[in-house]
Amino acid sequence: MVPLNTIWVYLAGSPLLWLTATLLAYRIAGIVYVKTGNSPLANPVAVSVAILVLILYISNTPYATYFHGAQFVHLLLGPATVALAIPLYQQIGKLRRNWFALLAGSLVGGTVAIGSAMLIAWALGASPLTILSIAPKSVTTPIAMGISEKIGGIPTLTAVIVMLTGIFGAGIAQYIFRWMRVTDESTCGFAFGVAAHGVGTARAFQLSEGMGAFSGLAMGMTGILTAILLPIVLKLIGMI
Amino acid sequence: MLNTILTLLIFQTFGEGLVYALGLPVPGPVIGMLLLLLYLIWKKDLAVKLAPTSSKLLSHMSLLFIPASVGIIVHLHRIVNEWIPIAVALVISTTLSIMVTAAVVRKLKKAD
Repeated sequence: MVPLNTIWVYLAGSPLLWLTATLLAYRIAGIVYVKTGNSPLANPVAVSVAILVLILYISNTPYATYFHGAQFVHLLLGPATVALAIPLYQQIGKLRRNWFALLAGSLVGGTVAIGSAMLIAWALGASPLTILSIAPKSVTTPIAMGISEKIGGIPTLTAVIVMLTGIFGAGIAQYIFRWMRVTDESTCGFAFGVAAHGVGTARAFQLSEGMGAFSGLAMGMTGILTAILLPIVLKLIGMI
Repeated sequence: MLNTILTLLIFQTFGEGLVYALGLPVPGPVIGMLLLLLYLIWKKDLAVKLAPTSSKLLSHMSLLFIPASVGIIVHLHRIVNEWIPIAVALVISTTLSIMVTAAVVRKLKKAD
């Protein structure tokens, strides 16, 4: 019989274990989410990440080893982003009617997200590298990482801040809507997507398909606008 | 199911190719999404066929963000050192952005 420790070392080095662990953590997080009565505070991404970080930390496993297995899940982000076109198409009538309101919301909301984040981080003494890495934080991960690289931030740090933003935004949004008395599906969905990208969109889909569709639309629009405008604006004001 | 996945992959591939060919500053999947949207507008009956699998995939979107998020472990040091500016910037700007976006869209939107 091979000692347990050796079996662990063997499995911990294989992609299979970390792929399984990722799905298992997500399952557990899903149960926690239901048990807490779908509380936005028990965001499935946050709970899963907490579980996995704890396991990696205790088992002293490098992130690269983990990602070797988890990349199979990560890879599906691409097709899932493309799939957003389908719910979007189902809302095409509302989109046509309100394109101006949505474009304005995306531009203004996106500018507020970027401008206020950079100003606050700067005022509180964050390093320039961190400020640049924070700038694209409301944009979906793949776009944000690309922007971060372009403007001289740290793409992987950006990915983490993007995630934290999404988790926070997805959690807080409903309280804000309740406080502002916004009930309209498309308005709520759009605000989810502008401020909290894909994590907000995932949350919006749990509330309703229509809300998810508008969140996906907002995510796409804000992502594209930010990717085009942010590097130009930063160059114009002499930050990069 | 297979057809839907294949469709998504084909459009993603088109998106990635276009981004590379034209040197666009936008990720391939986003362009893929826009291309698929245009295609759906053109081929009106296709969306119904793609909807079952795609909505199943989208209902598990949270799962897909986990691998990148676990990357927090690599940046723990910087985040611990600068946690105050990062946390305050994140909380205030995200809250402001949600409020402003909702307010602008509500103000400009036509009644349903």
